[in-house]
Amino acid sequence: MKIKKTKNRYLHRSNWWKYLLSVVIVGIYLLPIFVIVVTSLKPVTDNSSRLALPEVIYWGNYLKAFNAGGLLNAIKNTMIITFFVVVIEVFAGCMGAYPLARNRSRLNKVVKALIMGVMMVPGLSIVVGVYSTLVNLHAISTYWGIIIVTAAFGLPLSIYLYSNFISSIPGTLDEAAAIDGAGAAQTFLHIILPQLKPVTVSVIIMKGVGAWNEYGYSLYILQKPQMYNITLTIKQFFAESMNDLNAAAAGAVLGILPVIVIYLFLQKYFIQGSLDSAVKG
Amino acid sequence: MKKRNRQMNLFYIPAVALMALFVVYPFFRAILISFCKWNGYSENIRFVGLDNYIYMMTDRKFWNAFGNTLLYGFGSTFLQNVFGLAFALLVNSRFKGNKIVRTVVYMPIMISSLIMGYIMYYFLVFDNGVLNDIIGWFGKEPQNWLGNPVVGRVAITLINSWQYVGNSMIIYLAGLQNIPQMYYEAATIDGAGKWASFKRITMPLLVPSISSAVILNLIGGLKLYDLVVSLTNGGPGYTTHSVMSYISNQYFTQEKAGYSAAIGIFIFLFIVLVSAIGNHYFAGKEVDM
Repeated sequence: MKIKKTKNRYLHRSNWWKYLLSVVIVGIYLLPIFVIVVTSLKPVTDNSSRLALPEVIYWGNYLKAFNAGGLLNAIKNTMIITFFVVVIEVFAGCMGAYPLARNRSRLNKVVKALIMGVMMVPGLSIVVGVYSTLVNLHAISTYWGIIIVTAAFGLPLSIYLYSNFISSIPGTLDEAAAIDGAGAAQTFLHIILPQLKPVTVSVIIMKGVGAWNEYGYSLYILQKPQMYNITLTIKQFFAESMNDLNAAAAGAVLGILPVIVIYLFLQKYFIQGSLDSAVKG
Repeated sequence: MKKRNRQMNLFYIPAVALMALFVVYPFFRAILISFCKWNGYSENIRFVGLDNYIYMMTDRKFWNAFGNTLLYGFGSTFLQNVFGLAFALLVNSRFKGNKIVRTVVYMPIMISSLIMGYIMYYFLVFDNGVLNDIIGWFGKEPQNWLGNPVVGRVAITLINSWQYVGNSMIIYLAGLQNIPQMYYEAATIDGAGKWASFKRITMPLLVPSISSAVILNLIGGLKLYDLVVSLTNGGPGYTTHSVMSYISNQYFTQEKAGYSAAIGIFIFLFIVLVSAIGNHYFAGKEVDM
């Protein structure tokens, strides 16, 4: 479903209340960002209201956040984890979706049930089972441990998005390829894969933000401080600097800045992605 | 064609292997552990039958967390749907700046809810908190908001609703834009007022959107975890824990692996039940366009 521009039937009415309401809503939504940015730009000794702009812009908190918090290392870790989670979700996702959308076999029912089941499990409800499995595999405090768990829990959604999309590609294309003697792998590579770009953008964006913001399993799996991702680093930052909320604010700003910037540039893809994953096919 | 189908099934292998190894297998392992007494890391693990489940029935901290989870889940779902629809109606109407509202309302979804909790801490904190600042303008004494369980619960529900209302807004927006304009025109010709059109056309045709949004919000709200950790960490005492944060507390802090596994299995079954009831309820309400 695409978000379309619509002609509106209230066009001739006076719109002042819509502007007023919009200003109020936008204000409420931007206030927390405003407060945290303002706080991050004041020294901790500044006791002025957090709603007041700083008299002099103070960058010291950002220096502290970079020097003390291991933030650069956390950004590196988070980028590595996010990258591989997304790669796995894209490849395993579109591969798994292909037979699901095209094949009519008994196995499909089993796989569908599996996907539905995994989608239903709230990740942390089975943390005990996952964590003890990872301990046996020596996957604690490794990149691959968190990557593989995040990817496994996220796969149902990515398979679902891809299989909806592949179902909308005419099957006659596959049949034509089959008559020309192409096997399943060749058909997938040459016919299906090249058409998956739009849905892949959705998957990358949804899964990328999810992996970037992951906290629940990271807490268990990334135990060594040098393995911390951004959320864990910011958590530690707040735990250690409860007396210096201004430096902690700088850490939080740096943690959310990348996603906000990417969102503002690519927002139509974010909104499309969230729509694709919410609306039942 | 048969051979082709078999070839095709090979494509399942990576995805199915990953889910089987890291979700399905741990799931059964968690069921097994839920019947045991175990601290989570030692060799010393002992089968205790239903003891963990029986203990759960009498654990008041658990039932408090369960009650909170219902509040967080159903409270957020209610607010997100009411405001989501209202925002969608606003953004769907034509005026300059409607896109800005859409962009800004959706934006907090990008922020990790853990970090969102910390951001909101600046509002609720006693010393120089924004909320105390605001009530100060009206001459009121500053309050220790986070020391009050009721405020904590309400704050968690409100912040979660506020942060994720954009999802419902987008779902409703797409639903509204799929309703053919001619229905409204026909209704106007028949003399229907705005409220009648909304009740008789918009609402019935939005049922699929309502169903998606409600179920999505419910599952999201019942799983609520990160925000509780960063805003109150379950405190004061154990009063504001959600089931998920209580599981983590029992496992990580209290080292009751078996018990936390039992709670996990319970909440999993509960969420499956809620979504099944939700799907069934809405399935009977859809109308054809």
